[in-house]
Amino acid sequence: MLKMTHLSKVYRTEVVETYALRDFNIDVKEGEFVAVTGPSGSGKTTFLTIAGLLETFSGGEYHLDGIEVSNLNDNARSKIRNEKIGFIFQAFNLIPDLNVFDNIEVPLRYRGMKAAERKQRIMDSLERVGLASRAKHYPAELSGGQQQRVAIARALAGSPRLLLADEPTGNLDTQMARSVLELLEDIHREGATIVMVTHDPELAARAQRNVHIIDGQVVDLSEDPRFHTVHAVDEAHG
Amino acid sequence: MFAYYVQLGLRSLRRNPALTALMVMAIGFGVAASMITWSVFRAVSGDPIPDKSTQLFIPQIDGWGPQQNLKGEPPDALNYADAMALMHAHRAVRQTLLYPVRLSVLPEGNRSLPVAARGYAVYGDFFPMFEVPFLYGGGWNAADDESRGAVVVLGAEFNRKLFGDVDSVGREITLGGHLYRIVGVTRQWNPTPRFFDLFSSSGFADAMDFYLPFTRALDLQIASAGSNSCRGKLDLTGWDSWLQGNCVWVTPWVELGSSADVARYRRFLEDYAADQQRAGRFGWAPNVRLRNVAQWLDYQRVVPQESRISLMVSLGFFVICLINTTGLLLAKFMRRAGEIGVRRSLGASRREIYAQYLIEAAMVGLAGGVLGLVFTVLGVSGVGVLFRPQIARLAHVDMSLVGLTMAVAILATLAAAFYPAWRAAQVQPAWQLKSN
Repeated sequence: MLKMTHLSKVYRTEVVETYALRDFNIDVKEGEFVAVTGPSGSGKTTFLTIAGLLETFSGGEYHLDGIEVSNLNDNARSKIRNEKIGFIFQAFNLIPDLNVFDNIEVPLRYRGMKAAERKQRIMDSLERVGLASRAKHYPAELSGGQQQRVAIARALAGSPRLLLADEPTGNLDTQMARSVLELLEDIHREGATIVMVTHDPELAARAQRNVHIIDGQVVDLSEDPRFHTVHAVDEAHG
Repeated sequence: MFAYYVQLGLRSLRRNPALTALMVMAIGFGVAASMITWSVFRAVSGDPIPDKSTQLFIPQIDGWGPQQNLKGEPPDALNYADAMALMHAHRAVRQTLLYPVRLSVLPEGNRSLPVAARGYAVYGDFFPMFEVPFLYGGGWNAADDESRGAVVVLGAEFNRKLFGDVDSVGREITLGGHLYRIVGVTRQWNPTPRFFDLFSSSGFADAMDFYLPFTRALDLQIASAGSNSCRGKLDLTGWDSWLQGNCVWVTPWVELGSSADVARYRRFLEDYAADQQRAGRFGWAPNVRLRNVAQWLDYQRVVPQESRISLMVSLGFFVICLINTTGLLLAKFMRRAGEIGVRRSLGASRREIYAQYLIEAAMVGLAGGVLGLVFTVLGVSGVGVLFRPQIARLAHVDMSLVGLTMAVAILATLAAAFYPAWRAAQVQPAWQLKSN
């Protein structure tokens, strides 16, 4: 589903080159639930934005659902993003001027979907996250957990092949975080591929596989005994 | 997607009404100032006879010589001798001479009080040449010119003044003490600028009251009520000496069908001037001109200077308004960088973001256009503050000005929005989402 090979991302200024990712390799299979962990500044979010085609990379290869994406233009990247990828952000990133229904409608609008189908999908995804009664509410009228559920509904409405989540529970209290995580697990059980960036070891432990990033590179934690108690890294995909 | 973008644009404009009002007012004031001055400029600079302006020519012959002519240019009118020579040569499809006259009019013989009236002495070809529209009757024919016929054509307004809204053809009026039979009444006709008589008028005078045969006016020794310009010794002892003098006061016009006709007529003018040189009348080489309507208006600089200047000033003001609008749009759009990042992450391409923000700007332009239209209507009615009355009254609001106001407002706002919308489309979604 998602395969990066020797991928690098360099931020260049006149005086310095900073590698956000270096010789980065990862292979996420269809239907997997992968947690990406690592310290702050290790390159987790950069990996996620490149994976979501929100950012270009400097070298290497990236295949998404079998498509080599490095040479795609903006239109093609946007189309793939719209049709194959769903995003869930830590800050929810709902558009404050739009109500719940209209927020979920945004990606469907860009897909050129007919109004009746849009409405059906929106209501289905709202049912799924348990917020069907809040369709006309504005984000400011919802709790953090509800806003994140709306964001998940927005990500799900387009039936993406890949869900990318960036600290999805980072802004939530424990109870809300748990319910959001359970929702993600339900979605995974139904067959979705999920890549989740997180700081939270407890959250990471709920994923099928953990990938650890340090200094822009994937590190095999199986060789580091400190991490064996947290989670075993899948040898096959390390 | 267009309807969706319109919906988003409306929502965005409602979100910050003060900023929206500021932009709409900037566009409204700017476009109104431009349209008010444009309404005056187009009135004074338009083609007064678009169907025939390339077929009507004014011949000029230098009868003054290099020492006395207008910096190498022949005088703007002809003296009697040259004018009559052109008429008698009859080298054009149609031709006329004209000069303005002022006469007292007795509408019903001698039974009423005299009315001062202004008119032109012209040849019968004047009416078809200049496409004069008739309400009743028509012009006179060549036979009337030849026989110095006592016939007259009245202007619509003058006919109404004398007889009311009735067909006066066949009735008689007394002009300058002589009876004339009315053969036609024109519709409202006053081409602006009055291209055919820029020698005696500024080009923006009121419509004339009547037209009488040139030949009869000469026969009755009716003096010109317009300009005349003389060189050399003046002998004003009598009508004949006036006619034979070197004063220019007659404006000639010819209608020429093709470019070959134009070339032939120009050659004729040169040959005529050369003949005069050979005869000893002209002591200089032939110096003639043959200008069509547009060339003549351009040469005469008919468009008033204040109209050009006010148009340039108002366009400058509009540009400043647009620059302000660009700044306001840029601020407005970039404040929504976070939303742009979200939309990009959800599948919006740069092109779609660009289209969304351009449509939002077009809506500002539309609102600015409506406001500008209101200001334009008010401004046109008060344009007399800036311009001379005879210029100011030419300005008017019609459908083309309404359309132009709206089109200029929308297109100019779109132009002002190109950069802000481009910047919005360049927002890096990853940066926005990381910073959130």
